[in-house]
Amino acid sequence: MHESKKRPDNTSTTSHVDKVKLSLKKRYRAEKRFRMYGIMSVSIGLFALIGLFYQVISNGIGAFQQTYIQLQLEFDPASLGITDASSEEQLRLGDYGKIIQNALFTHIDKPQDRKQRRELYNLVSVGANFHLHKQLTQHPELLGREVTYWLLADDDVDTYFKSRESNQPFTGRLSNSQVTWIEKLISTGHVKTKFNKAFFTSGDSAEPEQAGILGALLGSFFTLVVTLVLSFPIGVAAAIYLEEYAPVNRFTDFIEVNINNLAAVPSVIFGLLGLAIFLNFFEMPRSIPLVGGLVLTLMTLPTIIISSRAAIKAVPPSIRQAALGMGASKMQTIWHHVLPLALPGMMTGTIIGMAQALGETAPLLMIGMVAFIVDIPGSVNDPSTVLPVQIFLWSDSPERAFVERTSAAIMVLLGFLLAMNTLAVLMRKKLERRR
Amino acid sequence: MSTSILLVFIIVMLVAIYALGYGRSMSLAKTVGGVPGLNSLPFYYGMLTVLWSAIPAALLLGVWLIFQADIIEMLVVQQLPEDIRGLEKDEINLILNKIYNVAYGQYVGDTPPFVIASAEFILGLERNSQWLVSIVVLLSMAIIAAIIWLKIHPKMKARVRVEAIFKNMLLACACIAILTTIGIVFSVLFESLRFFQQVSVFEFLFGLEWAPQAHDGEQVPGKNSGFGALPLFAGTLLIASIAMLIAVPTGLMSAIYLSEYAPRRARAIIKPLLEVLAGIPTVVYGFIAALTVAPFIRDVAIVLGLDSVVRVSSDSALAAGLVMGVMIIPFISSLSDDVINAVPQSLRDGALALGATTSEVVKLVVIPAALPGIVGSILLAVSRAIGETMIVMMAAGLAAKITANPLDSVTTVTVQIVTLLVGDQEFDSPKTLAAFALGLVLFIVTLSLNYISLHVVKKYREHYE
Repeated sequence: MHESKKRPDNTSTTSHVDKVKLSLKKRYRAEKRFRMYGIMSVSIGLFALIGLFYQVISNGIGAFQQTYIQLQLEFDPASLGITDASSEEQLRLGDYGKIIQNALFTHIDKPQDRKQRRELYNLVSVGANFHLHKQLTQHPELLGREVTYWLLADDDVDTYFKSRESNQPFTGRLSNSQVTWIEKLISTGHVKTKFNKAFFTSGDSAEPEQAGILGALLGSFFTLVVTLVLSFPIGVAAAIYLEEYAPVNRFTDFIEVNINNLAAVPSVIFGLLGLAIFLNFFEMPRSIPLVGGLVLTLMTLPTIIISSRAAIKAVPPSIRQAALGMGASKMQTIWHHVLPLALPGMMTGTIIGMAQALGETAPLLMIGMVAFIVDIPGSVNDPSTVLPVQIFLWSDSPERAFVERTSAAIMVLLGFLLAMNTLAVLMRKKLERRR
Repeated sequence: MSTSILLVFIIVMLVAIYALGYGRSMSLAKTVGGVPGLNSLPFYYGMLTVLWSAIPAALLLGVWLIFQADIIEMLVVQQLPEDIRGLEKDEINLILNKIYNVAYGQYVGDTPPFVIASAEFILGLERNSQWLVSIVVLLSMAIIAAIIWLKIHPKMKARVRVEAIFKNMLLACACIAILTTIGIVFSVLFESLRFFQQVSVFEFLFGLEWAPQAHDGEQVPGKNSGFGALPLFAGTLLIASIAMLIAVPTGLMSAIYLSEYAPRRARAIIKPLLEVLAGIPTVVYGFIAALTVAPFIRDVAIVLGLDSVVRVSSDSALAAGLVMGVMIIPFISSLSDDVINAVPQSLRDGALALGATTSEVVKLVVIPAALPGIVGSILLAVSRAIGETMIVMMAAGLAAKITANPLDSVTTVTVQIVTLLVGDQEFDSPKTLAAFALGLVLFIVTLSLNYISLHVVKKYREHYE
């Protein structure tokens, strides 16, 4: 429309300057539009990042708090069925559920219905029994006495209480009578949330309120230790060979092409490799951090080799020439001069490779690290799972409370990744300053 | 002696051996007028002794650990009663399993006496084997060290030898990359060949029905069906296209904005922030996709009334594709950023001097100049999208079907590889071998994409350097 209006002018003076001037508005609009597309694209990325963190944090922050129910418990020998507090057998078989029930009845009228009694008892976590067992084992003098305890609540009570506090709709599975009982307990001040220590000190569990990440954390730790111990020296050695020793020939070219290709091979393929070589051929046990570490080593090696080569390349040739000129051998030049200068760069690459390995899931599923393991691993030979796999396992669980825990575990994982990446960035900064 | 204790012994012994070699050269030095009279520094004599005794010991230990289990199993089978040894191979394996479980205390129940005897036999063998290997390794180290010790003399070229060993060790490390590739190719190829003996290649590549879970029973060679992988390829393609549809324009525009428009300070903040997206583990994306994005998409589709037109599933290709696209944005933007920055400033300056606006410079000069590099980065991103597992596993479902409807659930090659192999399974059924055949396809496809893109990027870069 704009152009047609101005056409008369255009025909009278047909100089190029005017033509350009006339098209300027359109061109500036196109320029603005193009710039907007750019800003939009960047915003999409940033928005996704913020949305992701918001989702994870808002879902997971609750998992660091855990609901407890205060009960006045009487360690009644008759109800417990324990006559002698020093007998381990009796302590183990004691009916701790009974005294929890009795304590609950002091707050809530005893339901006549058996099903309802069961429901009432279900307000408290199964874990409370173990807790009481432990207490009595450690303090045998408690037998026959009355003590006030904050007992771990069931996961549904936990979700209910938290949704009540945050005014969010409750979507768990509690019966109407259970809700009235909880409301009664809340109104008398017998329910509160405390810091969820168990989340950091226990292993996986089928009960969300007792499930923790320590097992997965240690599994990740052992796996990463194996990965680091193997991949750092091998990666650095390979990089030194390729940069300092390798003659320019077909074989070296072949190694180079291989490394570049391996860096881009999908991780599932490494899972297939681990399964076929380590589990089937060498018959190593499934689910152990040692095998996981081996698979991740093969996966991270290319990353470490590529970054180490870049670091070695960045060492000025004058340093090598000076060392050689002073009569140092090749090995002395490398050990005394090239390596110390290249080390920060190599470590940056290694940390980034380790961060990748820490977040890797798919290949570990295939070597059996997906098993449900309650025990906390003590060495690289104990069956275990790793943090990302734990997240995968929990995200599959139907219980509502596991959503919270999954998000919390993600927060921990992201925390570690952030720390590692910050370290890498700081190291790179330090390296840059030296030049 | 357990392996870890043995390792401690070996390390202590190596330190002692180093001291021996070092001391020997020092004492020899006295006869030739101090250290300058030696061919090499004393350190190299110590190192040489250590390397020559440690490398054979390490090889010996490795070989022993690899074959120990097999040899023990062979010996156990030999001492089994006559009537059991005559059984079928599978049955013997069952009995062996039982024996091992008894030996490691994982089995309770009634056991025939010969099982208990064999279990004890195994434990005895393992103890003996541990002791034997410890003695053999330590003894061989001591003997070699003694021989070297005797051979050390002032004219010995210790440094040259140590450096030669050192260089070869470095070469061996570099070869691990080749070994890994060979390992991948062989393991995937062999299992795939076994699969293709039972299922024809044609049927696998072009068959329309994927139902490997139905194949638990007896197999008739050449008569398998349900191994048509075309639905998987279709699903992979659908999700990867959605992801690229999101990632290519956004990633490319982000790269252009950051390199051509953004103020330096904004770029310094935004670029690493975007790169955080690439560092987030895929399992986290999968969780978000399954928990938030997929239900949201389903609800929107239902509100829009799409469910009366097409199938709307709670696991959708769209959810997985969208989230995967977000994951790939920084990948494309970083790689494109590199190639865009590699375009010489003089080209831009020339165009600007002629009166072009920045967007015109980008569209008419920068992009055409950087095109091969950008194409390379997109190909790399495609290969990543095809190989991505966790997001699709958690958000796209497991239903193998050929559909162009992004709201439906589909499954991909990677998801099927993992699902077929998770858990305990026997390794001769076509069901598990199919996973390796899928792996072979995936490997070939991603490898060619990587190869082409690396080639394109490399060739392009040479233009300006």
